[in-house]
Amino acid sequence: MSAPEHLPDADNGLLRFLTCGSVDDGKSTLIGRLLYDTKAILADTLHAMARTSQKRGLDAVDLSLLTDGLQAEREQGITIDVAYRYFSTGTRKYIIADAPGHEQYTRNMVTAASSADLAVILIDARRGVLTQTKRHSTIAHLMGIPHLVVAVNKMDLVGYERAVFEKICADYRDFAAKVGIADVCFIPISALAGDMIVDRGERLGWYSGPTLLDLLETAVGAPAAHGAPFRFPVQYVCRPQRADDPLLHDYRGFMGRIESGEIAVGDAVTVLPAGRTTRIKDIQVAGVSQPLAIAEQSVTLLLEDDIDISRGDMIARSGALPQTRQAVRANLCWLSETPLDPRRRYLIRHTTRETQARLASIDSRLDIASLAHEAAAGLAMNDIAQVSFRLAQPIFADAYAENRATGAFIVIDAATNNTVGAGMVI
Amino acid sequence: MTTALLARPTLAHLDWLEAEAIHILREVAGQCANPALLFSGGKDSICLLRLAEKAFRPGRFPFPLLHIDTGHNYDEVIAFRDRRAAELGERLIVRTLADSMARGSVVLRTPDESRNKHQSVTLLEAIEEFEFDACIGGARRDEEKARAKERIFSFRDAFGQWDPKNQRPELWDLYNARAHRGENIRVFPISNWTELDVWQYIEREQLELPSIYFAHPRPVVRRNGLLQPVTPLTPARDGDRVETLSVRFRTVGDITCTAPVESAAAGVAAIIAETATTTITERGATRLDDQTSDASMEQRKKEGYF
Repeated sequence: MSAPEHLPDADNGLLRFLTCGSVDDGKSTLIGRLLYDTKAILADTLHAMARTSQKRGLDAVDLSLLTDGLQAEREQGITIDVAYRYFSTGTRKYIIADAPGHEQYTRNMVTAASSADLAVILIDARRGVLTQTKRHSTIAHLMGIPHLVVAVNKMDLVGYERAVFEKICADYRDFAAKVGIADVCFIPISALAGDMIVDRGERLGWYSGPTLLDLLETAVGAPAAHGAPFRFPVQYVCRPQRADDPLLHDYRGFMGRIESGEIAVGDAVTVLPAGRTTRIKDIQVAGVSQPLAIAEQSVTLLLEDDIDISRGDMIARSGALPQTRQAVRANLCWLSETPLDPRRRYLIRHTTRETQARLASIDSRLDIASLAHEAAAGLAMNDIAQVSFRLAQPIFADAYAENRATGAFIVIDAATNNTVGAGMVI
Repeated sequence: MTTALLARPTLAHLDWLEAEAIHILREVAGQCANPALLFSGGKDSICLLRLAEKAFRPGRFPFPLLHIDTGHNYDEVIAFRDRRAAELGERLIVRTLADSMARGSVVLRTPDESRNKHQSVTLLEAIEEFEFDACIGGARRDEEKARAKERIFSFRDAFGQWDPKNQRPELWDLYNARAHRGENIRVFPISNWTELDVWQYIEREQLELPSIYFAHPRPVVRRNGLLQPVTPLTPARDGDRVETLSVRFRTVGDITCTAPVESAAAGVAAIIAETATTTITERGATRLDDQTSDASMEQRKKEGYF
């Protein structure tokens, strides 16, 4: 629920971001502060928070209470699962994925990161760059989040000292260079006092860069989807076959979402796996024609030629096709409490396609503490490894680093139907 | 931060939310054998119907509409429900709490007890009767704390139970709707919408709503800081002071647990202006049943509630 003073004049779309930090980095306070200062917390919620804060013997309203959702969590004072929060500045809508910071962290952060355009990595100014910081950054990088923002929090506890901030920035840059993280911004903040979150405050006068909200307002959403060639996994085929309406009698619409690139009527496309080429005859939304469509739009495509196409097929720009692969190498994050078992039957869901898969090899496992790649015989929950799968049916994939939508897949345990792994095609 | 890409076209926030919801609806159609869409005549499910039109026209919806009727709904809403389904030419299935009570599967503690939580029983019976493998609903994550953590494709076991500690991870836009026979997936295509998004969408799409969403005079009594409508089901008690105020409903549900708010907003634009500057959350202002305890929604969902 948002409460901007004025309704949007210009709509700058939507940005999804996640916040990562360990338990004491003040992550919940930061989110509470963002929501509070953008007036997204309403009176009754604030009242409930104040009541609980008082019950726990706190002097001020604990903004972190806002993100503690479930009864079980409130009892333990920890966050169990990824929660989503919403606010709007009037020009842009935000979805925050709040991933908790305890032992199941990798799994939750991978989940939250999969759909994020930006990650805010919190560092406690008193403690500097920790192993934890490196883990979060490595996962964010691996998950292909386009923008990283390092927020050095609790500046109030180090006297708002510029030297402290600059030392942390230098340390982080050293680490980032080793991992290959290129695009990072640094901001000194105090989530508790509200400095440099939405308002600049008065105690960080030496810092002339943007506030956190300034950065969020100007960050480019989902850039990975742009620049990549046209990809259209077919979700559903519409064949009304209405005898009473000659226009609809032969209607065959291919429904789906444009995962990357753009498309215009007349463009040459290739249908996979058939390999047939044709042209776009019409682009429709709810039966209304439009001349072109862009990434992230859900549309219906009509083609010039009569080609047999069903769910799971891929329509792509001719001359810029994804690779047809029946063997896949991938970075895999294991999400299940039941370890990976090469004897089990797994399914891989990639775009709108599902196929049986067999593990061919575990090539190396990433030690998330030392960031070293090591040999491994098995995978347990929260492990990240490079693996190879053999597939019963081909998939039409791009490398994840080039296209998140056509490079990502999930692994499903065929016996339990649970989602057990998250894969990124190399 | 790279600014070179700024020039590329991006979707406005409502367009993005709409495209996401259409994608989700089509995934249900693609993955599930026998889904249903829960349609109550309320504003969120009215948005779902427009999204379904955008997702599947010129074809028919690949699912029937299902309403679990507590028998305690406003007549305007029920009339609207029937008319809208007929206009769309889609099949509407109605199952009533009265049937469950006649069967003995729902037993009220007191005759005037709120029937809202008992809907779960009738819903589960309908799921069993029609063998629905998925139910699409209009719940949003901004409504309530427990909902903020629920998946878009939310798995329920054979008893309809939601286990918040054991949810399937949901990554990218790769949804897993697989379920064994007897299990069920609840799907929430407008999870990422806020109340304001819903009203902006209603305005943009010029969606028709039941009249009780707009300001109208209604006899009410003030109770626990909320307005309680005076109806044959919820008569004034001795000592109540009945006032006739200009009110509108922010959410419509069971008469016994849905309170209107004072408002002069006669049209969607006026409601948007009020919503954008409101100081009370939607459920906080209107739901008598969520105030029982901090965890009431979580508890109801564990029991199979939507």
